[in-house]
Amino acid sequence: MHSPTTIETSWPDAIHAHFRRAGVRQVGYVPDAGHSRLITLCKDDPDIADVVLTTEEEGVGLVAGAALGGQRAALLMQSSGVGNCINMFSLLRNCGFGCVVLVTMRGEFGEFNPWQVPMGAITEDVLRLSGFLTYRIESADAVDEIVGAGCDMAFDGDLQVAILLSQRLIGRKQWTR
Amino acid sequence: MMDRRDFVRQLLTGRGDLLVVPGLGSATYDVAAAGDHPLNFYLWGAMGGTTMIGLGLALARPDRRVVVIPGDGDLLMGLGSLATIGVKQPNNLVIVVLDNARYGETGMQPSHTDAGIDFVAVALACRFKHARTVSRIEEAADVRDLVHKGDGPILVNAKIDPEDVPRVLPLRDGHAIKQRFIAALHSA
Repeated sequence: MHSPTTIETSWPDAIHAHFRRAGVRQVGYVPDAGHSRLITLCKDDPDIADVVLTTEEEGVGLVAGAALGGQRAALLMQSSGVGNCINMFSLLRNCGFGCVVLVTMRGEFGEFNPWQVPMGAITEDVLRLSGFLTYRIESADAVDEIVGAGCDMAFDGDLQVAILLSQRLIGRKQWTR
Repeated sequence: MMDRRDFVRQLLTGRGDLLVVPGLGSATYDVAAAGDHPLNFYLWGAMGGTTMIGLGLALARPDRRVVVIPGDGDLLMGLGSLATIGVKQPNNLVIVVLDNARYGETGMQPSHTDAGIDFVAVALACRFKHARTVSRIEEAADVRDLVHKGDGPILVNAKIDPEDVPRVLPLRDGHAIKQRFIAALHSA
């Protein structure tokens, strides 16, 4: 049996390990509770430039610029952020920039805030319509395999890959106040 | 105010190994008119994203100088990216915004800068090392020096005439523009 703490700290570490293995050198993100440990790991990694964004669509340009300069970049965002990127995603498709987007899901299993639901419910469809291959992770033991495959497809195949981290995996947002 | 083609031509004279990212619309045509070059990453879309492409490129290649040339409408759409650039402080990145206070592609409607919205003040508030407005063609050489040697991040607000000039259309295939740029950069 494993404690919930172990699960919480292990899957972001697995993602970070794949970033290192794949040679990811830039990571763009908007601060997010679900991605907090992965963001910390990237900030503490001297080989990764962490770029905090004002809106997720900035990250799409960042990925393109990094690729032009010969570096691989990944994006971390919440499902709501996917909606902010739609037109900018066309840059990736038009030029064939490989990209990995890790999406923490809101507005699904266990969601307490109905305002998160409309975007959360269409996030995967929006990504597919925008040209992404999408993979969904429900449990921590699938993270290693799927993130590894996703990085390979994106960076070796110049494909746009989105990996959805379900609310069951990341845990329900706790109402802490 | 300056003739846009004359200003961009002078800006890119003797460009050396400068990496150039013009924004969609007239900025891309101006840069093409100054002379096609494999180290131009022409944009035909991605409005609002031009400066962030410059940031990703500047971070990836700290050994090279990067100039981003958006129009005023493009920069307004990505205004938050100035704050993002201010956080990262890339010293090799210069933004030269071609500001005619108009949306040229859609019929010359006035933009926010026509109402006095000030990119220089925004850039300084976003911790840019230097920001200035230029409106005389005699200042183009100074801007060129800033692009090649200035301590970035730098923003130059270039006030240009709101006149329609003939389109000069460069490559439009995104894959081709990307591959040509990468090949030229990595063979250097």
